[in-house]
Amino acid sequence: MRFSRKHLALPYALFLLLLVVLPLVVIVVYAFSDSSGQPTAENFIRFFTDPNTLGTLFYSLVLALITTLVCLLIAYPVAYSLAFSRIKRRSVLLLLFILPMWINFTLRLTALKELLTLLEGNLAYHPFLNSVIGMSYDFLPFMILPIYNQLERLDRSFMEAASDLGASGFQVFLKVTLPLSIPGVVSGIAMVFLPAMTNYVVLDMLYNSTYIMGSLIGSYFAAYDWHGGSMISLVLLALICLFTLLSGNSEEKPEGGRRL
Amino acid sequence: MKKKAFWGILILALALLLIYAPILILAAYSFTDATSIGFHGSFSLQNYITLFTTPELKDMIIGTLILALAVALISTVLGSLGAIGAFYSRNRSRFILGTVNQIPVVNADVVTGFSVCILLVVVFGMSKDSFIPLLAGQVALCAPFVYLSVLPKLSQMDPSIYEAALDLGASPATALWKVVIPVIRPGILSGFAMAVTLSLDDYFVATYTKPATFDTISTYVVNATRGAQTSVKTALWALSTLLFVVVLLLVLIGQRGGKKQERKEAEA
Repeated sequence: MRFSRKHLALPYALFLLLLVVLPLVVIVVYAFSDSSGQPTAENFIRFFTDPNTLGTLFYSLVLALITTLVCLLIAYPVAYSLAFSRIKRRSVLLLLFILPMWINFTLRLTALKELLTLLEGNLAYHPFLNSVIGMSYDFLPFMILPIYNQLERLDRSFMEAASDLGASGFQVFLKVTLPLSIPGVVSGIAMVFLPAMTNYVVLDMLYNSTYIMGSLIGSYFAAYDWHGGSMISLVLLALICLFTLLSGNSEEKPEGGRRL
Repeated sequence: MKKKAFWGILILALALLLIYAPILILAAYSFTDATSIGFHGSFSLQNYITLFTTPELKDMIIGTLILALAVALISTVLGSLGAIGAFYSRNRSRFILGTVNQIPVVNADVVTGFSVCILLVVVFGMSKDSFIPLLAGQVALCAPFVYLSVLPKLSQMDPSIYEAALDLGASPATALWKVVIPVIRPGILSGFAMAVTLSLDDYFVATYTKPATFDTISTYVVNATRGAQTSVKTALWALSTLLFVVVLLLVLIGQRGGKKQERKEAEA
């Protein structure tokens, strides 16, 4: 066989097949079989009839939704002020906002936990509130960055044209800037919403004993119930696919890392 | 106009305060002998001494760093070669590779970790103590990001320079090594850096695939918050402070380097 440049992809293709595709196939097989290897739909039925798992699904969705909303409400003004500021060293300022992404998230949560304990006395009093605060603190940079990138590359002449044509500052924002920034908002939501549904470490560290989708997988894992765990993974995977398709095939490439 | 600028700066300042208050308060208390923040304590370096002299903590930090470097190295080689190969492949194979590459990027890390564990440990019966599930799982997490950061550099490259190298008598392998790789080096390097951070930050893949006796910073911290060992807890404050300083320095150096690179490119 003659050397061709495309053969260089073979090791990686093989790796992806073995450690990305095959594990997912195994998950599907395990989700629809019982411990003796017989095919069954029991795991599936159990998931959708068990009030506990359905409650967990609901709780995860609500928690993720509120976290995303909080992140958006904080990140948009920040990204906007940053993108339209006249500060000379804007890139340094942006780095300050995304720098926390590079510090281990468990250590950052430790810091937050100490501060919250000081403020609240006992973290157990407000488990839901603390989880929202923890998640928002954790994921905020992932919302700021895409919105900033989008606002930054907007053609300023659109806004100038709007105000020349008599629009007030607020109208310019509402009719021009905001609609044009939606792609950044969408990719920010995608980068916060999905992790917020599964990152159970935040709940763990802030003494929230309620389960979310991620911790449910963990609990099945701890009980050596591979079949039940696979079913939860599959449901989660389906939700992720659905959400990824819904948020559009945004060409926004993740920049500077990501975490789930 | 003045008023608008004022509000902008106020928003940015408040947000920075929110983001950095916990980290900075913890940093201040890491230099005291207080066992909780808010308590009165006097100046002490005990936390830093504990951090560097407790074998358990030392092993955990060194282990995490070695793991991150190994994972990043394997991810960079696999992902970069994958991107180069995909770039020169037919459209269909490139599309398939790109799509599969996207799976770990959008997938929840819990699912990635769980599925790799099921395949390697439950189905193949591999021992977690071999470190292979841990390495394989984290590479599956990181390599796709290397692929994504190398691919755009290839599209930006002038294709004729490779042809020119061949015309001048270089073998394809030499042309690749001496011409293509240097051109896409920035993408490879940023992919490597990204892989290091992803591995350092990973909790979910590690917790499902790591040997029982091995801990990364993430798994260690999560376990430590469950227990009540105060000396370890406050030593982690020191670790958090050190990491913050290191990241800050790296970012500043990177910023400088980026500026130089820009200037060079502007001059060229």
